[in-house]
Amino acid sequence: MSGVPQIDRRLFLASVAAVGGALALGFEIPFGPRAGRASAAAKEITAWIVIEPDDTVIIRVAKSEMGQGSFTALAMLVAEELECDWSKVKAEFAPPHENRKRNRVWGNMSTGASRSISASQNDLRRAGATAREMLIAAAAARWKVAGSECAAANSTITHLPSGRNVTFGTVAADAARIAPPAQVALKDPKDWTLIGTRQNRLEVADKVTGKPIYAIDVRLPNMLYAAIVQCPVFKGAVRSVDETKLAGLKGVRQVVKHTDSVAVVADTWWQAKKAAEMLPVTWDVGDNAGVSSGTIRDEVRAGLSAADARVGRSDGDVDRALALAARRIEADYEVPFLAHATMEPQNCTAHVTAERAEIWAPTQDGETALAIAADASGLPPGKVVVHKMMLGCGFGRRGIFQDFVRQAVLIAKEVGHPVKLVWTREEDIRHDFYRPVAAARMTGGLDADGTPIAWKIRTAGQSIIAAVSPRVMQFGVDRNFLQGLLEDMPYDVPNYRVDFAMRNTHVPVGVWRSVNHSQNAFFKEGFVDELAHAAGSDPYLFRRKLLAKKPKQLAVLDAVAAKAEWGSPLPPGVFRGIAIHDSQNSICAQVVEASVASDGKVHVQRVVSAIDAGHVVNPLTVELQTESAVVYGLTAALYGEITITNGQVEQSNFNDYPMLRLADMPRVETVIIASGGFWGGVGETPVPPLAPALCNAIFFATGKRIRSLPLKNHDLRKA
Amino acid sequence: MVRLTVNGTTHDVDVDSDTPLLWVLRDVLGLMGTKYGCGIAQCGACTVHVDGRPLRSCALPVSAIADRPVTTIEGLEEDGVLHPVQKAWLDLDVPQCGYCQSGMIMAVAALLKDKPSPSKEEIDAAITNICRCGTYQRIRAAIHVAAGQRVSGVKSP
Repeated sequence: MSGVPQIDRRLFLASVAAVGGALALGFEIPFGPRAGRASAAAKEITAWIVIEPDDTVIIRVAKSEMGQGSFTALAMLVAEELECDWSKVKAEFAPPHENRKRNRVWGNMSTGASRSISASQNDLRRAGATAREMLIAAAAARWKVAGSECAAANSTITHLPSGRNVTFGTVAADAARIAPPAQVALKDPKDWTLIGTRQNRLEVADKVTGKPIYAIDVRLPNMLYAAIVQCPVFKGAVRSVDETKLAGLKGVRQVVKHTDSVAVVADTWWQAKKAAEMLPVTWDVGDNAGVSSGTIRDEVRAGLSAADARVGRSDGDVDRALALAARRIEADYEVPFLAHATMEPQNCTAHVTAERAEIWAPTQDGETALAIAADASGLPPGKVVVHKMMLGCGFGRRGIFQDFVRQAVLIAKEVGHPVKLVWTREEDIRHDFYRPVAAARMTGGLDADGTPIAWKIRTAGQSIIAAVSPRVMQFGVDRNFLQGLLEDMPYDVPNYRVDFAMRNTHVPVGVWRSVNHSQNAFFKEGFVDELAHAAGSDPYLFRRKLLAKKPKQLAVLDAVAAKAEWGSPLPPGVFRGIAIHDSQNSICAQVVEASVASDGKVHVQRVVSAIDAGHVVNPLTVELQTESAVVYGLTAALYGEITITNGQVEQSNFNDYPMLRLADMPRVETVIIASGGFWGGVGETPVPPLAPALCNAIFFATGKRIRSLPLKNHDLRKA
Repeated sequence: MVRLTVNGTTHDVDVDSDTPLLWVLRDVLGLMGTKYGCGIAQCGACTVHVDGRPLRSCALPVSAIADRPVTTIEGLEEDGVLHPVQKAWLDLDVPQCGYCQSGMIMAVAALLKDKPSPSKEEIDAAITNICRCGTYQRIRAAIHVAAGQRVSGVKSP
């Protein structure tokens, strides 16, 4: 036997400590300290906060970190009320199994929809305030004075009349024994000193030194590796596998068959991957093998004039108003499937015994990962341990569906050893839950003055809700498909109707950063530009008129136009486009400056992006997420397209599913309108306006109206 | 058996000679900082230095290394002091998810060794790694900081 690469126990502990070094400090408190973690003297003040004698504060984070900055921003919300020294703060993930054990003290761990801050800010600020009051009470008891005479600031409690002071670490043990107060007062936003300041991410040092903080980096004693081959045609199944072809291959241990996939387990991942590629598998692919992008497009397009649509919003009498309109404008738009392509391919490490299942996963929802691991292992949920690791991107790929967790647990259960399952990039691109295909037929009516009096939108395409929670569908329309076109459609058009003809395919769909806003903003903002053009109006001023009753949207639109100096001269060949879209409770407007070269290549020079997300916890995160969203949206607009032939995905890797690179990065300028009063999302909101703002600029550059994506399919050379 | 010198330490590893260097580093030597992203030398998450030059280790058979020394992200610090590129990355808060950043940092460190003060065009040509989070603007700024140049456009934290 070639032997499993043996990792000695000392190295294993070192590896765990490196993971824990900055990220999991203290979690064993009060469950028994372990080398490399918090000291035995660290005290859990509340479930959210552990304080060390040296004043180090460990804040537990319930949400996942995939680059969006929640690990830092959520800790800031606690620290603001705790009144601790931010430089002494560390963060760690609250484990899903502990959450279960403790009656979900950390709440819902699902991380998506740009809701990490808005959904947990109240609990986190209260957690900080509660611990602060307990620390003050402990200090007051020590001094035998009234707590009301004491105040906390910068990790120190001061008795105001006498000037005596003590640090948090000194009284942490006493504070941990004090009953939490039932009521705490939260600061007025005007008194915030940490919230609203630019802070670097807490885990940045680990990320510049290559620390093993991702699930794909996990190494366990006696661990084996698995590579997987999934049925290339979605919904197909394994018919037969000829394992004899792997006989005698070095390192290969076992072939594990499941309904729609075959995994090869070996001593190293490279051995497993090579063997999996050699393995002859016969698949039952069924009728779906006849499906192609062409047949899908035909079905979706047929939905644009079909009778089976469900109405999402209807104001006035749109058909009558269209009949009366002085001018009628019609246009069809469409978009393809898109893959998430997280930089860290799907993976999961699992160790399953008769008593316990333990997994290490790149999960956007550790509680769902736990439920899947329990189901796949056949063990009760109380016997499952989930280690949440840093994610190498998320984008919605790893929350609702965690196919990789189920697979790893099923494989590990058969094998007995700990197993690390790693997908190839090819499997990742070809077995995603894609942004749905969608189309829209836009019909607009202008009066004699060029004012829109009617706007009818028919959408057609694939429903995510039908796959995720079909129960919801029984009650009518999939409103999620109409995100951004329902009550959240801000333009004031008196006769308005939007409906949806659902056209589902065999291709799995899921939530993709900004979900259905991603296509609906392209449809809506492209067409409103068409209306502006038909009315002979400037696209910015035309939108202003339609937003006259929406002061918040108007402020964002004006802010982006001012920063971009809308209307001012540009270098020869460079043109501007504008778009605005509400999503995730925030408003984002963008101006894109772009040129089209004589060979038809699109160059984006500059993107100005303005966002009103209400309260802003960390402005640096808002800038980073804006830059990130611009790249995400621009990549999709320029290149993004998953096509189907013979029922399977044609693309396979970054050579045929290309990504924006440094040389093509535009200058991004972020304008933050911290209007306060509400907690909006940030991570997704700047994605939707990018494609329409870019295509609107291309219209001015070329006279060509882009009504389908990606741009690589359009010939933009001068006619 | 293949003999390999990584970050100054020599190892004899028992792997098939076609095994890419990436998987020897990760699964045999336990150096997890070098990442798998694509397996076809497209994304650069696996960038390491071989004899001082940046190479994509995911498509590089370990047998092709011969006696050339390999440096990974774990070997970039000197005497516990961050490399200037790492320091610039830290100060400007470049990483988001961070997964591609080991490869980015290795690519940039090699570029700056070769061209201490690279032009925009030289940076564009040399840094072709993929970052799906879109940290490119900060990367460009951090390259200039690491090169000791003036930053413009991006505010320092």
